[in-house]
Amino acid sequence: MSSAEVTTADGAASAPVTSTGSRFTRGLGLVVLAGLALQVFLSFVASPADVNQQDAVRIMYVHVPSVFAMYAGFVLAMVGSAMYLWKRTEFWDTLAGAAAEIGALFCGLVLVTGSIWGKPTWGSYWEWDARMTSTALLFVSYIGYLVIRRLRMDPQVRSKRAAVFGLFAFLNVPIVHYSVDWWNERSLHQDSTITRLDPQIDDEMLFTLMTSITVFALLFTWMLIHRFRLEFLISRAEVSGLATAIDARRAEAGLAAAEPRVEVAQ
Amino acid sequence: MRDAWLIAAKDLRLEMRSRVALTLVLPYVFTVVLLFGFAFNADSPTLQRVTPGLFWVTMLFASMLTVQRAFSVESADGVRDALRLSGLDGSGIFLGKAAAILAQLAVIEVVLGVSVTVFYGRELRGIGVLFVTAVVASIAIAATGTLFGVMAAGLDLRETLLPLLFFPAIAPVLIAATQASDLALSGDSATGWKWTALLSLFAAVYTAFGALAFGPLLEDS
Repeated sequence: MSSAEVTTADGAASAPVTSTGSRFTRGLGLVVLAGLALQVFLSFVASPADVNQQDAVRIMYVHVPSVFAMYAGFVLAMVGSAMYLWKRTEFWDTLAGAAAEIGALFCGLVLVTGSIWGKPTWGSYWEWDARMTSTALLFVSYIGYLVIRRLRMDPQVRSKRAAVFGLFAFLNVPIVHYSVDWWNERSLHQDSTITRLDPQIDDEMLFTLMTSITVFALLFTWMLIHRFRLEFLISRAEVSGLATAIDARRAEAGLAAAEPRVEVAQ
Repeated sequence: MRDAWLIAAKDLRLEMRSRVALTLVLPYVFTVVLLFGFAFNADSPTLQRVTPGLFWVTMLFASMLTVQRAFSVESADGVRDALRLSGLDGSGIFLGKAAAILAQLAVIEVVLGVSVTVFYGRELRGIGVLFVTAVVASIAIAATGTLFGVMAAGLDLRETLLPLLFFPAIAPVLIAATQASDLALSGDSATGWKWTALLSLFAAVYTAFGALAFGPLLEDS
């Protein structure tokens, strides 16, 4: 995550491409690294401890940016799914897959950091409040989405099923959220969560938070570009892998390699 | 609508002849009722308090079996190809399959309802809310199940994949159905109706989404 160096795509057997990096992503990666260093400094040294929560408040600088990255990932996955169903182009499918995966990663981070934050603040790792519960359901939904994407089947059928599920999972977000919200009103729970950006938030804390969100946005972009390119290379490798295997079998049988590779690939 | 009727009649005729729901799903449901009794140490007050939740969780388990069955009968003999070639409307096929599942869920609900009443001993109240809740929750479950059933159809992993996709998606229905039933049984039918109304909204949304998405999914399942 912190390395801006070349990420090799081992799967791309016959393709000359061995990296998902480019001049732009390397530059972006360096900026992200510097940003993360700045974020650590601001979070732990420069910003003050909270009056009520003391040092526990510092986890906010990871938690809240992760929430933004999570939603960015899921919204992009939804847009990619919808656009794929409309346009049927590989670009949108790949974008949806890459974004959903990164969204799920940050969703996991949101749950973990939220739990850790909950212990000192509310005295428990888990509260059944609307946000936490619906985030947990969101997490398993997108795990399901990622499972669909990894099924061994015709890529176009898989893409279509994944897109329909991606659309459904996102449309279900408000339904899940409001039903859990309503459910809590009835129960003895207190208000959903502590107010995160309470009006009397310290300037330094606000600055740290805004910086963290910006750094995570850049990190998200960097990861998305790499993941997108990797996904693209994997699909190329699947195609060329099939052609290579067919050529090998033909060679065993003493036949010449199949000439029109493209035909096989399609 | 005629297409839906044809498909529903076909699925129900298959069920009438094979009697899978009757001979396999009902005993399964009955076993789960007993297992919950063991899990809660046969403690009547606890069982009575959580009866609505246990009822609806058991219904979700049972619906999983029913949905899987609805699609596994079509995996043999190229029935899905036949359906695709039949010229029947995709939404019609969806509604038909969902209706057949709904009819089976209704039978299961009656048996399960009697079982939990007898074994857990919670007094029956608010029958009106209970009945309408059962109907609309079953519509939501049948619609969502049918949509995810076709999504998992024809895969090696389908038995494992289906619950993973289905349960998180159906969680709002579980919450609303459990709340409505619990409130009805506690004598607060007025609040129970609100949850039932919410359930109807879910049922409408899931049915509409399923009817739109089913055709394209069936095309190349």
